[in-house]
Amino acid sequence: MSGIYFDNNATTRVDPAVVEAMLPYFTEQFGNPSSMHSFGNKVGLAIKKARMQVQELLGAEHDSEIIFTSCGTESDSTALISALKAQPDRKEIITTTVEHPAILTLCTHLEKEGYKVHLLKVDGKGRLDMDEYKKLLTDQVAVVSVMWANNETGTFFPVIEMAELANAAGAMFHTDAVQAVGKVPLNLKDTKIDMLSVSGHKLHAPKGIGVLYLKRGTRFRPLLRGGHQERGRRAGTENTTSIVGLGKAAEMAMEAMHHENTEVARLRDKLEAGILAKVPRSFVTGNPENRLPNTSNIAFEFIEGEAILLLLNKFGIAASSGSACTSGSLEPSHVMRAMGIPYTAAHGTVRFSLSRYSTEAEVDRVIAVVPEIIAQLRKLSPYWDGDGPAAEPEKAFAPTYA
Amino acid sequence: MWDYSDKVKEHFFQPRNAGPLDGANGVGDVGSISCGDALRLMLKVEPETDVILDAHFQTFGCGSAIASSSALTEMIKGKTLDEALKVSNQDIADYLDGLPPEKMHCSVMGREALQAAVANYRGEVWSDDHEEGALVCKCFAIDAVMIEDTIRANNLCSVQDVTNYTKAGGGCSSCHEGIEEILAQVMAERGESFNPGAQPKEEAPKGGMTNLQRIKKIEAVLESVRPQLKRDGGDIELLDVDGKTIYVSMTGACAGCQMEALTLQGIQQKLMEELKEFIKIVPTKAGALSRASCHV
Ligand SMILES: Cc1ncc(COP(=O)(O)O)c(C=O)c1O
Repeated sequence: MSGIYFDNNATTRVDPAVVEAMLPYFTEQFGNPSSMHSFGNKVGLAIKKARMQVQELLGAEHDSEIIFTSCGTESDSTALISALKAQPDRKEIITTTVEHPAILTLCTHLEKEGYKVHLLKVDGKGRLDMDEYKKLLTDQVAVVSVMWANNETGTFFPVIEMAELANAAGAMFHTDAVQAVGKVPLNLKDTKIDMLSVSGHKLHAPKGIGVLYLKRGTRFRPLLRGGHQERGRRAGTENTTSIVGLGKAAEMAMEAMHHENTEVARLRDKLEAGILAKVPRSFVTGNPENRLPNTSNIAFEFIEGEAILLLLNKFGIAASSGSACTSGSLEPSHVMRAMGIPYTAAHGTVRFSLSRYSTEAEVDRVIAVVPEIIAQLRKLSPYWDGDGPAAEPEKAFAPTYA
Repeated sequence: MWDYSDKVKEHFFQPRNAGPLDGANGVGDVGSISCGDALRLMLKVEPETDVILDAHFQTFGCGSAIASSSALTEMIKGKTLDEALKVSNQDIADYLDGLPPEKMHCSVMGREALQAAVANYRGEVWSDDHEEGALVCKCFAIDAVMIEDTIRANNLCSVQDVTNYTKAGGGCSSCHEGIEEILAQVMAERGESFNPGAQPKEEAPKGGMTNLQRIKKIEAVLESVRPQLKRDGGDIELLDVDGKTIYVSMTGACAGCQMEALTLQGIQQKLMEELKEFIKIVPTKAGALSRASCHV
């Protein structure tokens, strides 16, 4: 499929070398790793290798700290529910307003079951207030869950420091690192992070495979009980092919780490600067000084994101948006709202997320196309008048709620 | 990606009548910027005849909001104001060969902009009575506010009740957890707690009607809606009555179309009013019921 794919935070292309590594495990090495015979034995060895490849990428001390799961969401759910079950006396959770639904929806549900959930606020650039965090860290807190990098803006949270604080307060620390793994060098053995979630499909492995990193000694209660797979911590016959694929992808991510943080970052910066230079009334959301190397989230004022995406798609360009309409909900992205981005801009946010496959030519093409698209939609907008926003746009158009 | 019809895409990529309208004498601004959809409809009306000479729009919104606005301006040009006001949101959706359930509110917004613009032209004040909640039932496009209001107005206490009154939950059933939550919350307001095992509401007395009288009443209701259906190239036929369930067949333009669900909802409402009891109306292919085969 041709076209320009700048939506790598949604999912990534499986690397052909990953596919190649996986293929034998569908047909030749199809055995069950738990079996005694040699059909199973080779598969068991392949899983062991994959576990070590992931261990290496995460900088974990032991390979037994790697638990394979079915996705990032499962890892998140397992981590939080385990922390609550393992510490029945502690009934509070600390997380942030800008987490992925894999955490937030779960927390809303846990709240209904009687747990107290504290949501840390962010400022206009998506940064946390550490004093607020310290005040909430009491002996009632079972677990703190804070994402490593935000999926919409790429903004980092200071999870290493926050894990130290949680540890000192006797609370467990979990981080949803789904967007960070493979893009940020990790060395978990030197941190106080107890649990960390990974999702394969964000780093050129297949969809439907994840990892929960569980630091040795962290008290744990499985989500799925059954067979002895994953040392009884995640029952269910292993997704062997995808585990092998994730191992290979982890190895390749290690090799590409430098490239991600230099070349991909350079392309992202060029894209962002190119668009901002040509499009009036547009700005970067999140914290550009401290974010993932591949992500740029740009707000285009006075127009709506789904319309932008449809026009981009016509030019073969794939991106995503925080508008309400793209998700079928009534509110724009909770991340934009949490940062206080006004509605007239929040609905018009577009996330461009690159990968190591992105090219300079693609970046140039997007820079050429975007300004036209924005101008075309602004012509339709009741907030826009000729070449600029209507004088006092919020007064020029103040619709009745319908 | 939304499953938009070609007509929606065409009106989005080549919107008709976009931009300000010089000499507009009726303007309607509606929508909600927090929801990301807002629309200004501008009309140029000939005062002697009330005919809409021209109509333009400016829209802040998604693909289907822009397409609905474009379609609306095309539909009302050349009509008198009274004719134009007959355009329903369903007509707008039909003009576009349907909208996804999550996007039906775009057509509602179009209709409201029209009412607001006409009111503005006539020097009246238009106030909107429509409040929109989060979409709960995707099969029948029923939102949380509608479900809450219905539970409140009728003291409902089971998911089955909600389905009977609003259709919500009557399709794939994935939204039953959501409906239970709304029930629990509204019932708490009236000091009750939700019990998943509760029996659906008692049926209202049948009003002492014989079966024959009942069926005659049902036939009469269907007869009363028939002219409207025929105008749209469709028809409805009674197949069978089994207690609370009334089986009908929809033919012609109505069958299977997006409108079917909404049309049936309207007919169900009418039937409930006439019979003073709760009934369920089930569209069936003619002949699908063995006992009804003689109707084919
Ligand atoms: C931050 C974050 N957490 C969790 C997930 C969910 O991962 P998965 O799709 O593997 O369940 C995603 C993916 O969108 C994500 O971006």
